[in-house]
Amino acid sequence: MSETGRIAVRKTYKLYVGGKFPRSESGRSYLVTGADGTVLANASRSSRKDVRDAVVAARAAQKGWATATAYLRGQILYRAAEMMEGRRAQFAEELRAAEGGSRKQAEARVDATIDRWVWYAGWADKVPQVLGNGNPVAGPYFNLSSPEPTGVVGVIAPQHAPLLGLVSAIAPAIVTGNTVVVIASEKMPLPAVTLGEVLATSDFPGGVVNILTGHTGEMAPHLASHADVNGLDLTGVDDPELARTLEAAAADNLKRVLRPAAEDFLAEPTLKRLRTWTETKTVWHPAGV
Amino acid sequence: MTMFEYAPAPESRDVVDIKPSYGLFIDGKFVDGKGEAFKTVNPATEETLAEVAAATSEDVDAAVAAARRAYEKVWGPMPGSERAKYLFRIARIIQERGRELAVLESLDNGKPIKESRDVDIPLVAAHFFYYAGWADKLGHAGFGADPKALGVAGQVIPWNFPLLMLAWKIAPALACGNTVVLKPAETTPLTALLFAEICQQAELPAGVVNIVTGAGATGATLVEHPDVNKVAFTGSTEVGRRIARAVAGTRKKLTLELGGKAANIVFDDAAIDQAVEGTVNGIFFNQGHVCCAGSRLLLQESIAEEFLARLRRRMGTLRVGDPLDKNTDVGAINSAEQLERIRALSQIGEAEGAERYTAPCVLPERGFWFAPTVFTGVSQSHRIAREEIFGPVLSVLTFRTPDEAVAKANNTPYGLSAGVWTEKGSRILWLADRLRAGVVWANTFNKFDPTSPFGGYKESGYGREGGRQGLEAYLDV
Amino acid sequence: MTELSTLLAGLPGVDQVGAEQRAASLATRSIKTSAKAWAIDLSIRMVDLTTLEGADTPGKVRTLCAKAIRPEPSDPTCPSTAAICVYPSMVPVAAAALKGSGVHLASVATAFPSGQAPLQVKLDDTRAAVEAGADEIDMVISRGAFLAGDYQHVFDEIVAIKEACGKAHLKVILETGELGTYDNVRKASWLAMRAGADFIKTSTGKVAPAATLPVTMIMLEAVRDFRELTGRQVGVKPAGGIKTTKDAMKYLVVVNEVAGPDWLDPDWFRFGASSLLNDLLMQRQKLATGHYSGPDYVTVD
Repeated sequence: MSETGRIAVRKTYKLYVGGKFPRSESGRSYLVTGADGTVLANASRSSRKDVRDAVVAARAAQKGWATATAYLRGQILYRAAEMMEGRRAQFAEELRAAEGGSRKQAEARVDATIDRWVWYAGWADKVPQVLGNGNPVAGPYFNLSSPEPTGVVGVIAPQHAPLLGLVSAIAPAIVTGNTVVVIASEKMPLPAVTLGEVLATSDFPGGVVNILTGHTGEMAPHLASHADVNGLDLTGVDDPELARTLEAAAADNLKRVLRPAAEDFLAEPTLKRLRTWTETKTVWHPAGV
Repeated sequence: MTMFEYAPAPESRDVVDIKPSYGLFIDGKFVDGKGEAFKTVNPATEETLAEVAAATSEDVDAAVAAARRAYEKVWGPMPGSERAKYLFRIARIIQERGRELAVLESLDNGKPIKESRDVDIPLVAAHFFYYAGWADKLGHAGFGADPKALGVAGQVIPWNFPLLMLAWKIAPALACGNTVVLKPAETTPLTALLFAEICQQAELPAGVVNIVTGAGATGATLVEHPDVNKVAFTGSTEVGRRIARAVAGTRKKLTLELGGKAANIVFDDAAIDQAVEGTVNGIFFNQGHVCCAGSRLLLQESIAEEFLARLRRRMGTLRVGDPLDKNTDVGAINSAEQLERIRALSQIGEAEGAERYTAPCVLPERGFWFAPTVFTGVSQSHRIAREEIFGPVLSVLTFRTPDEAVAKANNTPYGLSAGVWTEKGSRILWLADRLRAGVVWANTFNKFDPTSPFGGYKESGYGREGGRQGLEAYLDV
Repeated sequence: MTELSTLLAGLPGVDQVGAEQRAASLATRSIKTSAKAWAIDLSIRMVDLTTLEGADTPGKVRTLCAKAIRPEPSDPTCPSTAAICVYPSMVPVAAAALKGSGVHLASVATAFPSGQAPLQVKLDDTRAAVEAGADEIDMVISRGAFLAGDYQHVFDEIVAIKEACGKAHLKVILETGELGTYDNVRKASWLAMRAGADFIKTSTGKVAPAATLPVTMIMLEAVRDFRELTGRQVGVKPAGGIKTTKDAMKYLVVVNEVAGPDWLDPDWFRFGASSLLNDLLMQRQKLATGHYSGPDYVTVD
């Protein structure tokens, strides 16, 4: 009961798949507690079938998202920043409940997250200019290299940076035209679910970002071995042995694998993630009359 | 003589001096390997060219240790401008000894001398020249102000372009400040060993380049070596997968350039004579031992018959035979094992119901030979349309619309290269956007240049070789 | 749009870079020993020994005819050239000199080399040459009309000249150096063949570039495809700039591998050349003697 005597309407924390908010097909949930041990919510505990459905949604969305103009993708990422800005207080509250610490710290992280969207939004129409180039081949040819999206990227989001780390992993993948299946921080999944609500209202086509909550160890192997996933971000895998087995599984279809060293998400990112989730395509054509 | 029969025009073997046996090149010196020596043969004659040492794990240890010392003491600390001069020097020596390298490559590999002389070796020199220039400009390459080397690179290369693949591996590695241990393919070690002599002649510091010869086990030992920071492999997708599994969890940086099943798409408005040439070059260049070979010809149905008639006529002029003959277009298959694989897949093609056409040519009695072959009536479900044959065997499919062409072209786990032939510019750009391949050759095929990045999508591997992008594989970025 | 222009527009394009690479690749063929000896004699038999100078005199033409009949006076096994090629005013002299030799007599006509004259003048030019004894006429097309897109005009002219030729063979000079693109070379080739050309010829020799290997290759592709479509075989004559035996070998390789062995015959392939003959003779001597020859050992005419 609140001070006004009104019963609050609680939020059900669901998954974000294909632009919709389903529960896990398994019907399972798990208890999420805050930094101080208080119970925050029951989050969906996704299964391997949820992983499968999310990959299908991501694949279905990938072609259209990649062929959208860079200008449009940039505007949609920027729209995500706008939508987050409007929910700044909500995110700060949720983050503080999850991570602990001061309100100020939480707000700083939310602000950094919003700014990260803005930073990557600006990259949409610059990545091809910065990562691509013409090549002066020794012959009468036009020759141009440009980055193209890798395809569907599986992201195991950072466990300890449930919002800033999450967006720092998602944004560089999607800005170039990839779609993602994200396994949110296992212990702190709620900011990720709320982010899904932001994305759903930011003009992202359904399926560009798909967010699953649940046990990392249960879902990650299915994501790592899925033959229709092209890349695997292991940022959120802290256990070296799990990382090894996931990398080995990813080798089956030669996924591109990112396993960065510890990152300071507050610092300005490098281009490593943008590079990792793009493929350089080089086109040759003779120049003659 | 009533026909224009070209008399044999053999390139002289005298320019190259093959020793009876070769050791390993470790720490600037040739040393005896600890393993049992193996023979390398001339695939055109089956004669043994030389005995070569097989490196054991102890030998690989020594090579990696030498590379580590050289990295820490000499090559790592050396200013980029000085590294550059060594690489320029190597490029020049390769040019000077070009004919010798070309003849040796043709002898050991079986490829026609006109290819080793006019394509492989000039590209090798160009590759060293190109990356030499990067060595002191890495801060301008787009990877940050002062990108660092990775350390010791373990590199394993295939037999189809022995020296060219060596150049693709060693030149960028050294330019970026790494030292290398390279394993050439078991069947084609000789030009790598001659390259070791060139390193000596260039007075490259000991240990910067180490060459360990041997078979798959030596390669596995090298890539799994705990003191290797970087693994680079060119070869089959199957072995690439194994390597990716082996380095999983080690944080070694890995780049893989693997197999392909490229579609070469010909539209009805194509410059037809050049499209026929591009098709021939796409699949019969280097006996089809090319990962980016245009092994699936996708013909617009409306011109399929006419195009195939032209293709068959053109195949009739292909000269198959002695690799050292300057007029040879198609040389020997590199090994008995590879020949067996090509034969087996071709038989499968016939069994699957595809129609086989073989170019009329007389094959030599000794050696490993396979006549240029085309299968028509192939569908996407045939194994010869899906599996990499890595030989002079073309599978022909048809399409009706651009959408169908793209769908068929992309319907493969591979994604290394693709070809498009049409005189309509906007259609080229439309296709180039949609083809999931690292290299798209429009109105040309099988063109290579050190400035042009090369590498695949999907199961054709990851990372790029060549160009500015090729530096990334050897920098800690 | 005329039917003719539609037909020409429907011809497949030529990619310049690819075509030149193909020609360059064929040029790397190495023709040695027995193949070379055979090809040298064939080349001699394919030469249209040419003099097209304002300074041509009966004396000059007579010595050239003697050379064409017997290029190597000391060696009876050396074949004659295919033809002599001269201006119409020199045809009577040449006809007398060549009589009974089997060497053909070609005359340029149709206001050679520019072709810039009224049709009637061109027809008279042609008839005069034929009447004087020429059995081959090398006409020029109106490049201006071709480049202006007036294909029908060019076509009609060729038809009229062909008729004026009577029994004489008609070689149609495209002057490829003025056509600008290989696409135009292909179009002009088809236009000339459809209009009745017996031969298509690259150049007058008065415009640079004259014959090149890729241009000749494009024309050989055209005659090959034309025969496939119509059943009629047309010859090809590169002219101008072919000076050495090595050049000639390259051309024969292209003939052999692009059009096919059917064209390896003086009836179907000619070299419009003058200095080429002496180089062929020197190379012939080299093969016979085993040492290099020099210009003092071949006749200068």
